[in-house]
Amino acid sequence: MTDIRYLAPGTLDEAVNAFAAAAGAARILAGGTDLLVQMRAGVVRPGVIVDIKKIAEMTTIEETPEGGFRIGAAVSGARLAEHPRFGKAWPGVLEAVNLIGSKQVQGRASPGGNLCNASPAGDSVPAMIAAGAVVTVQGPHGRRQMPVEAVPAGPGRTNLTPGEILVSFTLPPRPAGSGDAYLRMIPRTEMDIAVVGCGVSLTLEGGKVTAARVGLGAVAPTPLLVGPAAEALIGSRLEEEALAAAAAACSAACRPIDDKRGTIAYRTKVAGVLLRRTAAIAAERAGRA
Amino acid sequence: MSRVTLRVNGEERSLELDPRTTLLDALREQLQLTGSKKGCDHGQCGACTVMVEGRRIYSCLTLAVMHDGEAVTTIEGLGRPDALHPMQAAFVKHDGYQCGYCTPGQICASVATLQEIEAGIPSHVTADLTAAPQLTAEEIRERMSGNICRCGAYSNIVEAITEVAGRPA
Repeated sequence: MTDIRYLAPGTLDEAVNAFAAAAGAARILAGGTDLLVQMRAGVVRPGVIVDIKKIAEMTTIEETPEGGFRIGAAVSGARLAEHPRFGKAWPGVLEAVNLIGSKQVQGRASPGGNLCNASPAGDSVPAMIAAGAVVTVQGPHGRRQMPVEAVPAGPGRTNLTPGEILVSFTLPPRPAGSGDAYLRMIPRTEMDIAVVGCGVSLTLEGGKVTAARVGLGAVAPTPLLVGPAAEALIGSRLEEEALAAAAAACSAACRPIDDKRGTIAYRTKVAGVLLRRTAAIAAERAGRA
Repeated sequence: MSRVTLRVNGEERSLELDPRTTLLDALREQLQLTGSKKGCDHGQCGACTVMVEGRRIYSCLTLAVMHDGEAVTTIEGLGRPDALHPMQAAFVKHDGYQCGYCTPGQICASVATLQEIEAGIPSHVTADLTAAPQLTAEEIRERMSGNICRCGAYSNIVEAITEVAGRPA
């Protein structure tokens, strides 16, 4: 076995310095539920592990003065589920997080890790895209923000530049009449990888959609923001015509692969079906909010 | 090599280990606490479930060095043969196992499941995220889905958990 160093810095600056100094030999450790599996399989062999869970900013959930949420990149799914208000404001994001592995996985695994692992099928990512989450990253050249959908670059790859670390997600304030939802298609009832995942966030005023965002997972090399699907919904009352147009936009956005979980044709069709079902749940929640 | 101190079942234990050592291997190989089982060793079967700082996790998917100073509860800390935890007794009564290999993980997860429902934490099948989750078989099955029993004792496990849940605290 080669040598390995484990670092658990107490500040973000120290983490960024250690990560940059290792120049590609280091891996960031949040919950570890992906990294440990990859290390054991020999897929990655880091010389340095930088554990970011001792950094306060990485592990806190904050309500922003504007009424949104800031979630540290290493906050576990279990902590989000326990938060007294997060799931009420963002039930769709929470239900997506509640689908990442089992409860024991959620005890460690974080939405930040789910995003940076860059699986096309990561469950929390389409829901975060639908929510309009913006991420903060920090690297040797300072901080920057980017929309969550800009982070994944392809399976297992992100658009973070060398030395950059994902710090947090910021979710916007929720206007009255808003609701979100996430559904995934899997052949089992639980503990599986999405064949298709769909996140929808809606704001309704008097039954009319005034704002919408749609995220799709597992149908392309990266999770997608489907602008045309949202445009088809905005201004509508979710009539059949609007839903059909949004579903068609989702299917049109698909660039999936054939694999043991589903064929290209199946995934493309299911993306439209899920859009309809997910939008219905989001609208029902928006009606209550 | 790294040094780490864990509070295992109430007792301070200092270890020197390779930083890649999982919590499961540290418990089994160095502390001889072999109740936690190694099934799949990559977070799918649940046989290695333990509680860390009161939260259930897979000990195979976490490094021991990540838990310096933290409290770990294994099956050995829940009950002893002469003083069974109520969940252990209920598993015996309801035949919540056949071969028994997954049982320590099942029992740790069962105890945590009831604590999580009690604390009002929703699961994926909780229909109304604004109301307290109910103690239904569906909730129990969903919350126990990270623990696989290849003998298929699931219905008896649900009965054991349901009985313990019905007991006055």
